[in-house]
Amino acid sequence: MNLIGLGLIGFSAILLLALSLIKRKSPPKWRVIPALMRLSRAVDLSVEDGTRLFVSLGRASLLTSRGAAPLAGLGLLRHIAERTSLSDRPPVAVGGEASLALLAQDTLQAGYQSMGAGDLYQPVSGRLSGMTPFSAAAGAMPIIRDENVSASILVGDFGVEAALLADVAERQNAFLLGASTDIASQAALFASAQEPLIGEELFAASAYLDSGTSHSASLTVQDVLRWLIILALLAGVVLKIAGLI
Amino acid sequence: MRYIAVAIAIIAGLIVLIGYFVPALAGVQGILLNWAIILAGVAALVGVFNLISVHGDKIRRREKGNIYSAILLISLFASFIFGIALGPDNPNMRLLVSAVIVPVEATLMALLSVTLLYASVRLLRRRTDLMSVIFLLTAVFMLITSAILPFFGVSPLTDLILKIRQALPLGGARGILIGVALGTLTTSLRVIFGADRPYGGK
Repeated sequence: MNLIGLGLIGFSAILLLALSLIKRKSPPKWRVIPALMRLSRAVDLSVEDGTRLFVSLGRASLLTSRGAAPLAGLGLLRHIAERTSLSDRPPVAVGGEASLALLAQDTLQAGYQSMGAGDLYQPVSGRLSGMTPFSAAAGAMPIIRDENVSASILVGDFGVEAALLADVAERQNAFLLGASTDIASQAALFASAQEPLIGEELFAASAYLDSGTSHSASLTVQDVLRWLIILALLAGVVLKIAGLI
Repeated sequence: MRYIAVAIAIIAGLIVLIGYFVPALAGVQGILLNWAIILAGVAALVGVFNLISVHGDKIRRREKGNIYSAILLISLFASFIFGIALGPDNPNMRLLVSAVIVPVEATLMALLSVTLLYASVRLLRRRTDLMSVIFLLTAVFMLITSAILPFFGVSPLTDLILKIRQALPLGGARGILIGVALGTLTTSLRVIFGADRPYGGK
């Protein structure tokens, strides 16, 4: 089992490196995810009308297997920071875990600096909203309600408490994109969020906002692996029916 | 400096990853993970200072809802002082914490159930598509069968309903989790190779 895991990671790593280094002649074409198209528009609109963007990275510790979702959220936050660095109101990013709040501060600062607007960065833009799931949600709700937020983006690992944030956003008539790796949270967000993302769509958000080569390669690797898994499942079904396993 | 940070992150990431497959690196992997746990503890302390800074700022600027920020800071300092004086294992300290946190979180959970019910009712108004209809029909099916199944004995029909209730969510959840696992794998590889740098830098 260890060898299969190592082989899968090795194959993915080689494929990712190869696809990142190959220069494509034409831009990559992906299926349309309407939620991400609307997110791009909401980000631009917030800069135009001088409102704030709110980003929540969830509550997963980076030391656990759920840590990839907030990492994807931080990638998205970087693009948002770059695109909104000259906005009248800087975006606010919160984490339900202390290390996430610190990384959010660092990511926002890096985004501002890369656009030559480092002096506009405000340290209080990256915040710790709470140390438990519900306290984190309770700490984030007043930000959506009171700080002139026009778009809220929940990208990370949440529980069902994400529905409380979706409810506040809806009451404020604010755009809300909800993406979580937790199954229960995805169900809650499907019912309550204006724009829910399901499953691996969360990890595609950065690529849709800014199609850098590594992000495009990452999506291609996911597609290749998905087809390999589908083939493996079908082979398993055939072998089972044939009585060979 | 930026390159040194990237190099350290990549080397540490590779050692921890390979350590899961090569036993010879397990010792170094353990040391790195222990350092990460210590750093996460320090981050929690810094996070509390961030919380004090954000809410102190709100009070100083007399922003809307600053009374709640004041209550939060008073509660934070009171918990800290009592925690230091009595110790976290003291029965009174435990009672103080559980008498506040448990009821408040239970209340939020109760509010959440109402919020979700309200959101489900409004779902078709917000998004009228096939998936929304399937979502609502599934939710209704699950609720009704959960309510009535206990009143029926064992029969082929109840067996069939139970099988449907188990097989459909399990299949769907596995499909979603496979997608999430693939996304997790490629995101982690991007961070390990330094293509994504959540630790800052231009």
